[in-house]
Amino acid sequence: MDGHDRGAKVVARLLRDAGFEVIYTGLYQTPEAIVNTALQEDADAVGISVLSAAHKHIFGETARIMREQGLADVILFGGGIIPPNDVLWLEQQGVRKVFLPGASGPEIIDFLKQAVTERRRAAP
Amino acid sequence: MAVKPPSPAAAGEGRGEGAHPPAEAGSHRQAGERIRTNSSGTDIKCVYTSEDIASMDYARDIGFPGELPFTRGPYPTMYRGRPWTIRMFSGFGSAADTNRRYHYLLEQGQTGLSVAFHLPTLLGYDSDDPRSKGEIGKCGAAIDSLADMETLLAGIPLDQVSTSMTINATAIVALCLYVAVAEKQGVPASKLRGTLQNDILKEYIAQKEWAFPIKPSLRVVVDMFEWCASSMPEWNTVSVSGYHIREAGSTAVQELAFTLIDGLTYVEEGVKRGLKVDEFAPRLSFFWDLHNDFFEEIAKMRAARRIWAREMIRRYNPRDSRSYTLRAHMQTAGVTLTAQQPLNNIARVALQALAGVLGGGQSMHTNSFDETYALPAENAVTVALRTQQILQIETGLTNTIDPFAGSYYLEKLTDQMEAGFYSYLERIEAMGGMVAAIEAGFPQMEIADAASRYQTLVDSHQQIIVGLNGYTTDEAEPAIPILEIDDSLEQQQVARLQELRASRGTNYKRALESVRKAAFGEANLVPPILDAVHAYATVGEIMDTLRDIFGEYRDPGYF
Repeated sequence: MDGHDRGAKVVARLLRDAGFEVIYTGLYQTPEAIVNTALQEDADAVGISVLSAAHKHIFGETARIMREQGLADVILFGGGIIPPNDVLWLEQQGVRKVFLPGASGPEIIDFLKQAVTERRRAAP
Repeated sequence: MAVKPPSPAAAGEGRGEGAHPPAEAGSHRQAGERIRTNSSGTDIKCVYTSEDIASMDYARDIGFPGELPFTRGPYPTMYRGRPWTIRMFSGFGSAADTNRRYHYLLEQGQTGLSVAFHLPTLLGYDSDDPRSKGEIGKCGAAIDSLADMETLLAGIPLDQVSTSMTINATAIVALCLYVAVAEKQGVPASKLRGTLQNDILKEYIAQKEWAFPIKPSLRVVVDMFEWCASSMPEWNTVSVSGYHIREAGSTAVQELAFTLIDGLTYVEEGVKRGLKVDEFAPRLSFFWDLHNDFFEEIAKMRAARRIWAREMIRRYNPRDSRSYTLRAHMQTAGVTLTAQQPLNNIARVALQALAGVLGGGQSMHTNSFDETYALPAENAVTVALRTQQILQIETGLTNTIDPFAGSYYLEKLTDQMEAGFYSYLERIEAMGGMVAAIEAGFPQMEIADAASRYQTLVDSHQQIIVGLNGYTTDEAEPAIPILEIDDSLEQQQVARLQELRASRGTNYKRALESVRKAAFGEANLVPPILDAVHAYATVGEIMDTLRDIFGEYRDPGYF
């Protein structure tokens, strides 16, 4: 339900300019819709931005549905306004990396390059 | 303790793009010195002199506060007569939780209320809608019906306290909820003072909390202009906002331009409906961001008043000077705060607030230092409140008006911002106006481009953010209290809502039918929505009725 898309769009562009193929879903996606898009597009990774404090629900649900749909090895990552105390919980739910406020473009790009390479190596 | 100063790439201040042009005659720049620019890309000189404002005319360009050209302020006495309203934007959890925070803030000396609704209310969904899962009370108060609104405002005399409500897609419902609560307190709408944000154009451009497509949304706004003109004359019907545009990543000139052009668009819509400009324009208000570049923000606010007066007179020739007097709320820039070394944010907010005072705004919200983690905890919001009180009471700032007037730098910057506005006005008018520009994605892309450019500057260390990519520390962050919204709130709110649905009778159905008829036709939507609200129709039910008729806006999804 969050309309704040500055971060999502900046990251989408950074990743596109770094050579990733980015599918930007636009706003107001449900966890089901996000996973559906990931399935259809055969995505290596799913990134979500949440600034509405609903991160536990959104990430938790998305991770759960991903597992249900056999996408447990797809890299779930994201960021937003997330208190550091919640990061461990999110990681336990299956979020591979949480980028807190202040994370830099290069950090995100490096993480994804490495994670996607590993994923492809594991299941070519 | 390891502290890392900025890396060599960033030696010196400013947001230079790295160019080192030769010294120009009159630029007072040394050969080889980096270009310094502000957020809008304006080249800032080393020294300004009387030559920079040689063509300035005091009466034409600066004038006196409360008179054309209004550069110095909308009122003759400004803060000497009455200080700006301390109006802290606030809301979280249940209506009862938020009501407690409102009483606290009023007791601590804030002078006006400002309501934050949670996302489901902002978008027009009830707390028991499947879409609302996980969102209840998380970034504002959960308001589903008149029952919640009464709890929200319990114990607050609406004939004595002015209230601002930050809500846009669902603004008409919020307006009716407020009027209904007041009616139950015995206060007629004609006595109510406050502001409704109700600026849907900036939603398409920046904040993205929309419901219907553009045309029906504008119809709803003009319905409110019309109804309030006769029934709620003390109420500001729109807060035409730059804040969200700036927070989305725009430059200061873009904030200035897109906001004022939005404002002019609303006036044109009202006039197209057949309203006389003086019937509704006096009750338009504005809302600025208070960002980091100190003088640019002051110049922005001064240029805005001058431009608004000129454009409103040129286009509509109002009789009532209030139709061309720009009044504004201000908020310090949330986007500049850091999660790293959060106490630094107190300094940032104080400096930004200072710029707002010197810019001459009418009310102000100061952010809390913990807002990169969560909504403000009580201790943090108290510091933010005290910041404004210190500015009002201890600094002597309220003793005189627009003290920087005549400054070579400030006046030159004010002129340059005005020129920046006109450049955008020309482009947007060539596109056919703001609505056409939004449909073409123009302001959205300008903002996305500016946001990307800024991130590149930060990533490359050309822009240092203290504590974030410069003067960082390896020490763990101090433990600060974080406001947490309990998950049980969701169940409780849903239970309250279901209890309401079970006990309200069936009048609401007839009321919703009247809303539907009015939406389909041309009748003003405020009276039937007011009836629906009194019959305890919920926010979601009313908005579903309107969505059925108006349709839903789709996010174009470009980046």
